[in-house]
Formats: sequence, C-alpha cells, structure tokens
Amino acid sequence: MKYVLMFAETEEFARELEAMDDGQRQEAFEAVGRWFAEHASKITHHAHLRPAETATTMRLTGGDAIVTDGPFVEGKEVVSGYAEVEVADLDEAMAIARSWPACPIVEIRPID
Amino acid sequence: MTSPQHRQVHAELARVVREHAGRLTASLVRVLGDFAAAEDVVADAVETALRRWPDEGIPARPDAWLLTVARRRGIDVLRRRAVHRDKLARLAWPPAGAPDDRLKLVFTCCHPALPRTSQIALTLRTVCGLTTAQIAAAFLVPESAVARRITRAKRKITDAGIPYRVPADTELGDRLDQVLAVVYLLFNEGYLTSAGDRPHAADLADQAEWLASQMAWLMPRQPEVLGLLALIRLHQARLDARFDPSGALVPLPDQDRTRWDREAITEATRLIGRAAALRRPGPYQLQAAIVACHAEAPAWEATDWPQITILYDMLLALAPSPVHRLHRAIALHHHPGPRGGARNALAELDALPDADRAALRTYPLYHATRAQLLRALDRPEAAHAADQQALALTANPAQQALLNKRLTWD
Repeated sequence: MKYVLMFAETEEFARELEAMDDGQRQEAFEAVGRWFAEHASKITHHAHLRPAETATTMRLTGGDAIVTDGPFVEGKEVVSGYAEVEVADLDEAMAIARSWPACPIVEIRPID
Repeated sequence: MTSPQHRQVHAELARVVREHAGRLTASLVRVLGDFAAAEDVVADAVETALRRWPDEGIPARPDAWLLTVARRRGIDVLRRRAVHRDKLARLAWPPAGAPDDRLKLVFTCCHPALPRTSQIALTLRTVCGLTTAQIAAAFLVPESAVARRITRAKRKITDAGIPYRVPADTELGDRLDQVLAVVYLLFNEGYLTSAGDRPHAADLADQAEWLASQMAWLMPRQPEVLGLLALIRLHQARLDARFDPSGALVPLPDQDRTRWDREAITEATRLIGRAAALRRPGPYQLQAAIVACHAEAPAWEATDWPQITILYDMLLALAPSPVHRLHRAIALHHHPGPRGGARNALAELDALPDADRAALRTYPLYHATRAQLLRALDRPEAAHAADQQALALTANPAQQALLNKRLTWD
C-alpha cells in the first residue's frame, strides 16, 4: 500500500530549531538525511515545503475564488513536508514514521 | 424472560458463541483475506444461532453448525464480492487455522490506530462473538451508535491497511499494552459499572476474564498477561461476598471471607508466581499481588499492610498514577508502623501535586477516602462534606447506597 507521511511542525519545535547553534542544526539536518537514506527503498517521493508564511489559500465556493494569505488551517501545527512510502501495511508505515528524527508530528494517510 | 432457566440458557449460549465465534472469524479472515468480510459473515451466523438455538437447542458441534451457516448465509452477505463467495463456497470443514489466528484477531481489533471505544466494541463483537445489541445493552448506548462505531472501525482497518498479524517483537510491548488495557477496561466496566443498573454489565467481567485467559494460553511467557488474568480472577473470586442479599455493596472489611472462592484464589496466586518467575515485573502483576495480599488475609485485621504499602511503592515507581497514589494512602491509613495512621494518610493526600488532585477531583473514591480519614480524625463535618462530594460523583447504585448509609449515620 501507498501512504503519505505528512510532517507537521509546532511552534515549540520551531523555537527549538531557532535556539540551535550551527553545529546542532547541521547535526539535525544530517539526521534527516540519514533517515531518508535508510528508508530510500520505501520512499517513492518526498518534498519539503517552504514555510507557512509563503502559503496562499484559495477558497472556491459559489463560483468565487477568495484568496487569503497563509495556510488553510490557522493553527499551531503546520505541515512542513511529506514523504510518500510504498509498504506492506500501516504497521510498516508507522515503524518508518516512528524513527523520523525531526518535527514532532507525523500524520499517516493511505493513498488510493 | 428473566427466569433462572432463561438466564442459564443465555449464559450457556454466550459461552458457546464465545468459544467458537472468534475462532471461526480468525480462520475466515485467513481464508478470505478480508477482515471486514469475515466479520460480517460470522456476525450474521451468530445472530442466526442466538435466534434459533434457544428453540432448537445447542447443536452437538456448535462450531460446525456456525461454519455451515456462515458459509451458506455468507454467500448472500457477500453477494457483491465474487472472489469472497467463491472462496467461501469451496471452504471445507474444518477450516485450516493456525493456533495463533485468534491472537492476530485481538491485535487487529486493538490496533492503536483505532479509537479506544472502537477497540472495545470490535473486540467484543469479533473475538467474543457478542451481537451489536448485546454490546449496546452492556454500555447503555444506542445500538445504532455501536453499529456505526464497528462499521467505521472495519472500514478503517481495510482502507488504512491495518494488518492482520501478531506484531513483531520490536513493537510487541506497546501493542500488548493496548490489548491488556482494553481487557482491563472491560473488566472494570463489568465489575463496577459506571452507568446505572445494567443486568448485562456482569457479562463484561466474564468476557474480560475469558479474553485474559485466552491471551494467557496463547502468550504463556508474557508475565503481564498472566498478571492481568490473576488480577481479574482474584477479583472474581470475591464476587459473591461483594453484595448483600439486597444487592447493596459490602465494603472489604465487612465481607464474609468464607464466601470467597479459596480454590480460585490459590490458583490465581500460582499464576502470579509463574509471572514472577519470568522476572519482568509490571503494573498488572503488582496490582494482582496487592489484591492477593487482601485475598489471602484470613481477616481484615490480619491484612499485611506493610507488604501492601511496599507493593504500592513499586507500582508507583513503574506506573505513576493519581489513582495508585490514592490507594497507597489508603494502605498507609491502616499501616501499623509509625509511618501509618489516618493523619499520615491524610497528609499524603493533601500533599499530592496539583495535577494529581485535579485528576482525582471527579473520582468518587478520592472523596470517600478523605471522608473516612477525616472521620477517623474526629472531624465529622468535613467528613460529611467529603462523602457528599463522593455521592454526587457516582452513578453506581450500590456505591450510592453505601455512601447514603454513611451520611445518615453522621
């Protein structure tokens, strides 16, 4: 089955990242690189999203397009990237998500 | 409808269904490769059995009967799914089943990706063979709500790719905790019902005991499984003495200990020993050991409170929880040493961190315990107020009766 792992950042995580020195940030960056390398055979596609303030949301209702600045959910948790994985079942997807070394929230959704 | 004979038939039906429904579902999931389809077919066969067996009698081979009905009716139930129908039509008796098939079923029903209420409903229906109506009656919720919950859970199992297997060793610990939590919740729900007068709730305690015994049989080297089974059996062994003839709750110190099931208690302590030999202590084993201290005491006055206090200390180290802290304070109340006594116990409760006190505020036993401690310290007004708080919080008629009695004594 195919799943998308959606990575979400929190304000707290953003603050922690901010507080890191260059060495620590480099280390965190490398941990993410290692995670992608380790699961490369299962990952079919992935992307990192630019920060939430670069988002534009369009609401298409009643024939109108209302354009707003920012992500569609105004919240403390913001999707910051995704990886598509091809695995046997949810348990395998969960095992991969569990070892994700960066932002603290991962939503797992099956893809049709 | 509720004559003793009727109740006996009902209990026997429940036992037979429970014995066979889960096994059949487990092997059908394997044959069909589809959890939802297998569950539909067996649930339908169980409904048929519960309708026909009271009149026709329980067949000599209930499992073969259920399979025959499942196969015949299943072809209708699954009429739109040609692949399943063909597989079902070719299915021969006995369906080949691996011994751990039912274990897979339990782990699928209690998968952490399902909400707890669905885990419970699905386990009762799929593993224990309860009908949607029976589950609804036990939890006092509308049948349509249970049906919706089960349908949604089955859809998620299929659509989200929740697997049908026993988790790998690396995940087993967390996943087993989920299963044991479901079984323990079921037991508690049945043992001390939270929502009014429910004749079916006692069945839940039986279902939980059966589930725990199945788990213990299938996973004999998991000490917490053995611990949970021992804990449940120790409580069940004292069941008869917990209520007086009018149905009122009898507190532990006043229970007639000759009515406790000694054989069951001995058996359960043997289980605790088996679990301890595996040298991986856990919360269920420790709780079972605490209940065993009570069960083995010949009289309330002979209770080994120092030992119970030590066990609570160990339990709190492994699984800190406000409820365990409350129980430790109760043990301390009766502890004969200089650490013990009502004053120390009350001091302990008053020194609980704010978060713990907040969690206990809605827990009737917390207020009832404070009432007892205050009464022991000769502060009747404060005790009365605490009992009233407890009374306002419990929906259990037996607990209400007990608290009312205490309040009228003051």
